[in-house]
Amino acid sequence: MDAAMRIVVVGAGPAGMAAARTAADAGAEVVLVDAEPEAGGQFLRGRARFSHSGVTHLKNTEAWLVENQTLHLRGPRQLHFDALIIATGAYDRPLPFPGWDGPGVITAGAAQALAKQGVTLAERVIVSGTGPFLLPVATALQELGATLVGVYEASSPLAWVREARAVLANRHKIAELGSYRKVLSRLETRTAVVAKNGNRVTVAKLDRHWRPVSHRTEQADLVCIGYGFLPRTDLVPDAKRTNDFLDVDERQQTSLANIYAAGEVTGIGGADLAEAEGVVAGAAAAHQEPPPKAVEAVRKGRLFAQALARAHAIQPGWKTWLHPDTTVCRCEKVSLEDLGDATGMRELKLTSRVAMGRCQGRICARNASELTGIPFDGQRRVIAVPIPLGELAALPEENS
Amino acid sequence: MNPDVVVVGAGIIGAACAQALKTRGLDVVVIDRAGPAAGTSSAGEGNVLVSDKEPGPELELAKASRELWPELAEDAEWEEKGGLVVATTADASEPLKAFAAKQRAAGIDACELTAAEALTHEPHLNPAITAAVHYLQDAQLNPVKATKALLRGIRIINAEVSTTDGRSVTTTDGVISCGAVVNATGPWARHFGVNVLPRRGVVLVTTPLPGAIRHKVYDADYVGAVASGDADLQTSGVVESTQAGTGLIGSSRQRKGFDDTIESRVLKALAHRAIALFPMLAGVPVMRAYGGFRPYAPDHLPIIGEDPRTPGLWHATGHEGAGVGLAPATGRLLAELLTGATPHVDPHPFRVSRPEVMV
Repeated sequence: MDAAMRIVVVGAGPAGMAAARTAADAGAEVVLVDAEPEAGGQFLRGRARFSHSGVTHLKNTEAWLVENQTLHLRGPRQLHFDALIIATGAYDRPLPFPGWDGPGVITAGAAQALAKQGVTLAERVIVSGTGPFLLPVATALQELGATLVGVYEASSPLAWVREARAVLANRHKIAELGSYRKVLSRLETRTAVVAKNGNRVTVAKLDRHWRPVSHRTEQADLVCIGYGFLPRTDLVPDAKRTNDFLDVDERQQTSLANIYAAGEVTGIGGADLAEAEGVVAGAAAAHQEPPPKAVEAVRKGRLFAQALARAHAIQPGWKTWLHPDTTVCRCEKVSLEDLGDATGMRELKLTSRVAMGRCQGRICARNASELTGIPFDGQRRVIAVPIPLGELAALPEENS
Repeated sequence: MNPDVVVVGAGIIGAACAQALKTRGLDVVVIDRAGPAAGTSSAGEGNVLVSDKEPGPELELAKASRELWPELAEDAEWEEKGGLVVATTADASEPLKAFAAKQRAAGIDACELTAAEALTHEPHLNPAITAAVHYLQDAQLNPVKATKALLRGIRIINAEVSTTDGRSVTTTDGVISCGAVVNATGPWARHFGVNVLPRRGVVLVTTPLPGAIRHKVYDADYVGAVASGDADLQTSGVVESTQAGTGLIGSSRQRKGFDDTIESRVLKALAHRAIALFPMLAGVPVMRAYGGFRPYAPDHLPIIGEDPRTPGLWHATGHEGAGVGLAPATGRLLAELLTGATPHVDPHPFRVSRPEVMV
């Protein structure tokens, strides 16, 4: 390997840290760029102490554009790279319901992040959504002293019966469930929060399409919602993707030359899969053969990730939870009835203003697409984070 | 189905042609591969400008359009915001004033302002400007809503057209026979035999700036950039806000085919020029950038008329960055020519048989 090879890793979660370590151990000069003050990402927030020989860790640093072999950082500052590894993770997908835009409703990921900082959020808490991620969130809230009114899983656990192969290859995932035993007694499946008005929360039992079949009322200060995750892939708008997640080959390379991806940007499968993908990506980016152990871990982990995606796929019945005046886009205050009769995403956005606000559609675009039946266009955002004009004006004349 | 006219392209020009033909009693069908205003029409700022056009055939078309728009765009966020063109250097002051005087002679409301007067119109404007002209007729609309308003009651078929002989179109969905075909495919019009090239433009969108910028404000060198035929990057400071509150920052011009890669040097130039007009913008975040392709004819004039090589094939394209502003008069002129009525503007400068246009 060329000793001067520069590998830039974006995102310091389990995937990014593993990629950075592996690439540095292979002899590359590695820069690990992360927006947070400490490494760890969403999963290990505040608990990772990252330090590795050969890796420069740029904290509190946001990347906003990949241009040829240059990564543009806020500042402005530029990093040249020979290979780039995208490990920017994913964020929660909320589903809208009457009252979701009011006080006392946050995403499960936000609740977990606050809980990891020791912030007590409310007395009576509900966690509602789909996927095993709801359990650690509920556990964290309970450990902080909150009363867990319920953990509502919209899907049926029976879906996992069809996934024996994935489960057998990932027995440790079952063992992991044991650590959440304190909240399992509060778990109700085929159940979801479908409305909230003040502290009055409407909880529905769902059919297999997630259409409500019966309702009851619970009292809660806080509802945490998480219907799976959407990948943060804005830095590579031209990379090929499937259902939002970046396509990668067996060496974790994206469809773009010299650009690799690892972790939840390629699919949701947990921290161990993310870490294994990071090892493969770090080795491949440094032009080394990925360790067979990591390759095997990726193979097994992907089985689990695919099973997870099937077992907890969002079902179309959620669209019946909304009323005509239910907010779909919080930034621009767009309700269901405002979405109109558009036939394409751009037309939809420019006529209704949905997805045009501060979050740039990260929260609402996918939901708006499903509510209108307009094919989702992947939300090509060419500037990954907001950047002041003064910083753009201070960019260098030409990139080397 | 045997419509009188098939319009290919559901952008603002195709919509205006379809609306004008329908108004004259013709049975019209619009075909588009992506839907209303999915291409160039929704990639600009929705400007209806007279300020940037020197006296001549394009200004006449713009004036005629400007009269037609208010009624057509009622429900499309129509706003008579006015344009403010400013000179930012001592050398640019006299040419701007001379340009405005020529426009006044051609019937445009162009009021010369001192720098102090300009600042009462736009309090955040750079006080170092050397001259300003206020154009009262400049306006803005939401181009997607306007396109949809024009297309109201007109059938739209979602398909791609591969060929036409002027009496039928071959689409991905089969062949449609018709009396005439209108090529309103904007920067893709070359496919149907006219010399139109894509000219790339990028717009930056800021977080909302409620009330901070009231007019379309641009640097007087914009007119020169528009008129240039250079393929290399040209930028000029153009700043305005929309009814939604966001700020829009242009403008760039580049000929590089249909390459839509975002280039940091374009972002830099746009930001630099916007800050020169409004220093306070330096601290304002850009949320997104979008871009599109203007349909550029080498002699900078729209192409409106029947193709002498293919009877029945009509063209309405080549409006470059002014399609929204020129759409209603273009549609009307095309409909007049197609139905044998007396044209409301001189069609000769826009004829298809120009040597620069026939390919």
